[in-house]
Amino acid sequence: MSDFDVIVVGAGPAGSCAALTIARTGKSVALIERGPFPGSKNMYGGVVYPRILDALIPEWWNEMPVQRWVTRRSTMLLTDTQSLSIDFRSDAWGDAPYNGATAFRPDFDNWLANKAVEAGATLVCSTTVTGLITNANGAVIGIHTDRPDGDLTASVVIACDGVNSFLAKEHGMYPHTDAAHFTLGVKETITLSKEIIDERFAVRGNQGVDIEILGGTSGVNGGGFIYTNLDSLSVGVVLKLPKLAAQSKRPEEIIAGLKSHSAIAPLVEGGTISEYSAHLIPEAGLKMMPTLLDDGLLVAGDAAAMCLAAGIWLEGVNFAMASGMYAAQAACEAIEKGNTSAKGLSLYKKLLEDTFVLRDHRKLRRAPQLVLSDRVQHMYPALITSVVQGMFHVNNPLPKPGLRKILKDERRRLGIRTIDLAKDAITGFRSFG
Amino acid sequence: MSLQWPDISFQDRMATAEFRVHERAHIVVNSDSCNGCTTRACVVACPANLFVPTSDGGIVFNYEQCFECGTCYMVCNEEGAISWTYPEGGHGIVFHHT
Repeated sequence: MSDFDVIVVGAGPAGSCAALTIARTGKSVALIERGPFPGSKNMYGGVVYPRILDALIPEWWNEMPVQRWVTRRSTMLLTDTQSLSIDFRSDAWGDAPYNGATAFRPDFDNWLANKAVEAGATLVCSTTVTGLITNANGAVIGIHTDRPDGDLTASVVIACDGVNSFLAKEHGMYPHTDAAHFTLGVKETITLSKEIIDERFAVRGNQGVDIEILGGTSGVNGGGFIYTNLDSLSVGVVLKLPKLAAQSKRPEEIIAGLKSHSAIAPLVEGGTISEYSAHLIPEAGLKMMPTLLDDGLLVAGDAAAMCLAAGIWLEGVNFAMASGMYAAQAACEAIEKGNTSAKGLSLYKKLLEDTFVLRDHRKLRRAPQLVLSDRVQHMYPALITSVVQGMFHVNNPLPKPGLRKILKDERRRLGIRTIDLAKDAITGFRSFG
Repeated sequence: MSLQWPDISFQDRMATAEFRVHERAHIVVNSDSCNGCTTRACVVACPANLFVPTSDGGIVFNYEQCFECGTCYMVCNEEGAISWTYPEGGHGIVFHHT
């Protein structure tokens, strides 16, 4: 007889949604968290898209700990001396059921874990899982922890142990780990008064802004971001690991460079850094995804690389919550049928395939590589901004040049080949079209 | 040209994050590998600046103010030179406004 029907490792959004789903069926579930409280190890860019919670917590928006509801979304291109923004605002995103919200993960994750506890899950914090227990056939039957006599057994273990997932790696679910599949996110939480934020970002009440930035990362492939919290900003960069490692600027210097840009400095100046943080992001999507299930084991959330880094879409918490919920449904079905082998757990794969979790990843499988490519990172922002400058710059007594001529001249000046431009346009269209 | 950003010292920057330090180091570095390493990727990439080169060609490291991100062992090109596990439960980085 096992200690629990299911053990969930990691009380992030994947783990808590898994534990909540299992507890609601009346099965016993332990939710093991290595931090002193759920969310204490977690940091992210800054926006949660919670609609998947409709399935678990009706009218979640009335209780979810939110900083601001995102009603304005900007995509910004930066060169050293120029910026170009596409700025979108929707009043509909300021009313239920909303679209995205800024939230602090220690608040959000803690809230979600407590929903699982209210449903009957056993939350065990301050406990690091150090390995999987397998039987003679290699099936996972439990976990080792760093507590004295801390082994626990279960019919199914769901590994939601985050981007470094030592459990998935230990069990051979990742054939190899490639640093090129990861970016480092570094962030400053910058305290500013609500009034100043409302004024600088042109929002009111609990409305917020999400600014995604291409360029401004000191030549390291990646991107930047600014999110408004209630009375602070989240400002940071994501940096492709091999590119970061191959140059000499440190992460905090790269943030400083972004903050000193003439388009960014007026938004952040005068604020004080109240928290500096860092976390890895699994960026390569479908290409890096591990084996998702084995006998007695399911992998979900960042541990399964279910993070969508596709340039104009940057999502992860929603993928984590959904994959956790689907893993739980598969675990429950397998336990009820008395077959927790990989075959018995295969509903997980089907649920992922049938929903946005793997459908988005499949459609956007080429996007992460394109977005982080040298041309998109280093050439196209310069091309686009110089074409725009050529259009709007009044250079009398010369007459206005035609758009086609500007594009041709700038493309030549930057050394961008037409064939590459066409190739990237096709890849972009296949991903985003 | 871009403005210079008046930044805080690195020590003050790290002091904004809470670390509940455990006596056991969760990072172990094989200094033999470091002595022959020319890339020193961990030195530039670690967001907490935990890896510091020494004059004799080695690297000294701290584990106390670690974000537990995993960047160091991912960028290290010497297989196994940095071995890295999670700290004891309840210890290490504790985020609050992230």
